[in-house]
Amino acid sequence: MNQSVFRLTLPILFGYLPLGMAFGVLFTTQLDYAWWAAPLMGVLIYAGAGQILAVSLLAVHAGLLEVFVAMFVLNARHLFYGLSLLGQFRGAGWRKLYLIFGLTDETYSLLTSRPRGRDCAHEQEIDFRITGFNQCYWVAGCALGALLGDNVTFDSTGIEFALVALFIVLTLEQLRALGEGFPVWLGAVAAGIAMLLLPPTHQLIGAIALVTGVLLIEYRRTRRQDLQEKQNHG
Amino acid sequence: MGETGYLAAFIAVAAIATFATRVIPFLFFERHTEHPLVRHLGRYLPAAVMALLATVFLQHSADWSGTWAGFDALLPGALVVAVHLWRRNALLSIAAGTLSYMAIQQTGL
Repeated sequence: MNQSVFRLTLPILFGYLPLGMAFGVLFTTQLDYAWWAAPLMGVLIYAGAGQILAVSLLAVHAGLLEVFVAMFVLNARHLFYGLSLLGQFRGAGWRKLYLIFGLTDETYSLLTSRPRGRDCAHEQEIDFRITGFNQCYWVAGCALGALLGDNVTFDSTGIEFALVALFIVLTLEQLRALGEGFPVWLGAVAAGIAMLLLPPTHQLIGAIALVTGVLLIEYRRTRRQDLQEKQNHG
Repeated sequence: MGETGYLAAFIAVAAIATFATRVIPFLFFERHTEHPLVRHLGRYLPAAVMALLATVFLQHSADWSGTWAGFDALLPGALVVAVHLWRRNALLSIAAGTLSYMAIQQTGL
């Protein structure tokens, strides 16, 4: 099982190692704390953009309330991810807490896009390992970057595009599995609108709120149509 | 508060804030798993989120100044789509896109 999980998460490895290293390098070069605090943050916080923001907050010695608000707002898009995983995580027992903790953009993408069998417990075990593998890549990246600091010699510029490529591939897979283009176009258009109207830090949450809003309206419309049809036939 | 104490408190607060964003839906909607609206979102939200993540991150990876505005990321992005439609092998599509993006960035084409 571990081999197939590794294969599935390989694109995340290529994305998380360099991004985690970028965070680690930033952490040791900008701040005076011990190097191991960087991987520790990867273990306990586990948020890409959040940790990079944390470096600048630590640098200015930000107040703790400010830290809470900044981290919550930056990660607010995750509020919507759980909504589509309620059923999938149901009955996962002690694993559930970790599945929820590890719900990054990339893990969410893999968990919602991969084909699933009927054996619920088995699928949740795979979900659990995917989440664990991904966090290991991230923590390893944080540690490597913090240890190496400015001594990173390998020119890996651009390798983080692996995550963009992963999102493109998963969009195509979602399109195939769903057989409907509507949600994909909705997501792309919402992203376009958010990018035109909002500053970079608020684009993701803006686009996700927009998508959810449209899905709600569409849900009400189809419900009303269903009810009318039932009345007509009744 | 000493430096180490501040760092420990900082990490704790940041960890709690991040976890809160991930756990809140499970705390408030757990009993409504079978609700048709939750099923509706479960069916369509992932595809829409995937498309918007791809769009936003693709735009952020591109350099929009200069004559070839956006070309440095849009070309590798198109390559991912083409290779994936051709072979439907996720790793191959991702490798093709990433390597071409790295080549463009590092040679400064």
